[in-house]
Amino acid sequence: MKKHNIQFSLNGEKVAIEVEPSDVLLDVLRGRLGIKSPKVGCDRGDCGTCTILLNGKTIRSCLALAVEADGTEIVTLEGANTTRKWTQKLQKKFHEKNAFQCGFCAPGVILSATELLEKNGRPSAHDIKEAIAGNLCRCTGYEPIVAAIEETAKGR
Amino acid sequence: MPITTEFEYVKPKDMDEALHVFSLYREKARALAGGTDLVMHLKENIARPEVVVDLKALDELAVFEMKGSTLRIGALVTFSDLINSPVVKSRFPVLWEASLTVASVGVRNRATLAGNICSAVPSADSAPALAVYCAEVLVRGIKGERRIPIGAWFTGPKKTALNPEEIVTAVELELPGKKSAGCYMKLARYEGEDLAQGGVAVLVSSDDTYRVAVCALGPAPSRCPGTEAALNGNKLGEKTLARAKEAILKEVSPITDIRSSKEYRLHMTQIMLGRALETAVARLFGKGAKYGTENIA
Repeated sequence: MKKHNIQFSLNGEKVAIEVEPSDVLLDVLRGRLGIKSPKVGCDRGDCGTCTILLNGKTIRSCLALAVEADGTEIVTLEGANTTRKWTQKLQKKFHEKNAFQCGFCAPGVILSATELLEKNGRPSAHDIKEAIAGNLCRCTGYEPIVAAIEETAKGR
Repeated sequence: MPITTEFEYVKPKDMDEALHVFSLYREKARALAGGTDLVMHLKENIARPEVVVDLKALDELAVFEMKGSTLRIGALVTFSDLINSPVVKSRFPVLWEASLTVASVGVRNRATLAGNICSAVPSADSAPALAVYCAEVLVRGIKGERRIPIGAWFTGPKKTALNPEEIVTAVELELPGKKSAGCYMKLARYEGEDLAQGGVAVLVSSDDTYRVAVCALGPAPSRCPGTEAALNGNKLGEKTLARAKEAILKEVSPITDIRSSKEYRLHMTQIMLGRALETAVARLFGKGAKYGTENIA
């Protein structure tokens, strides 16, 4: 099949790479570009561990073809913590509140929370739950996650 | 999970080029917009196209505007776009409410309304809302354009009236003529992302006319004309509601599957209809729960 040369911005740096039409974006990020924060979880769009920011919005990188990334701007947790206002604050608060245990879901949760706080600086607990409804966590029971996001928003 | 199907990828720059590809490849071509269903189908070998046609460079599919009493929603408009639209929220609140129940934010940022009705699963959350707003699906092929009423669109589970050489360009919704209010009630196993076990949308107008539509309660989403006939011309009282609940059982044909049993769905159909109607009538008088409030739990 015809390969495609694509270019996109990855965490602020220009990337040029050749991909097959059938390459999945998540696999290219992890396997060829060394970006390990998005995880392979359910690999079908349900669990949210593969969350990245594409043109500023969270998407499931397991449900995107790599070739679709041509001309876009991709930010993963690796880049978000220096470029997005809320990300590092969230990371610190997650650490402080023990809001993750195994950590597998944490990059996705933090990016979803980053997107939420960028749009809504004063989210209710319901807003937070809705924003992270697509990020499954099997360790914490969510309570410390919701509390960490709430406290980050309040600047406590 | 790698995609094992081999296919070519094209991203046409104009509509003629796109339609040309579909006229050549027909069933062997698949349209790509948000990709949240297609990429999954590629992984599972449910879709085995020879060519995937990325529509995202076609500006005319991105149109999202209100003209007169018609809202045009281009095929590239995502559920997040619908949720963030003040026009959808204020003028077509049932669609707004239904959009909030689709999957999760990260999926809604990509998934399109057009994709939802093209996938045409029986549980498509957008479908009952489109039905109560008498939506029309605009499709184009190399031979020209067609408008398909939403009632004729779904022809079976995952089946639509779209021909292989055609693509959906937009969905158009008509404002209800009279003052109206509505409700989309979705039954799911838990709050957050889940497919509907059943969904009921209602629209109530100030002249006591009613529109009712369902999803996940039969092979395809559909309007419920018998239920509407039982309601029309009446204020919503105990007797009217009882007649409507009787009528809707004749218009749904749910199955037993992993999400619930047929019996539970039948039971909940009546309950959802009742609650949706009561909520819609309350909203018509400026009362009742705000649109988007979790309303079934």
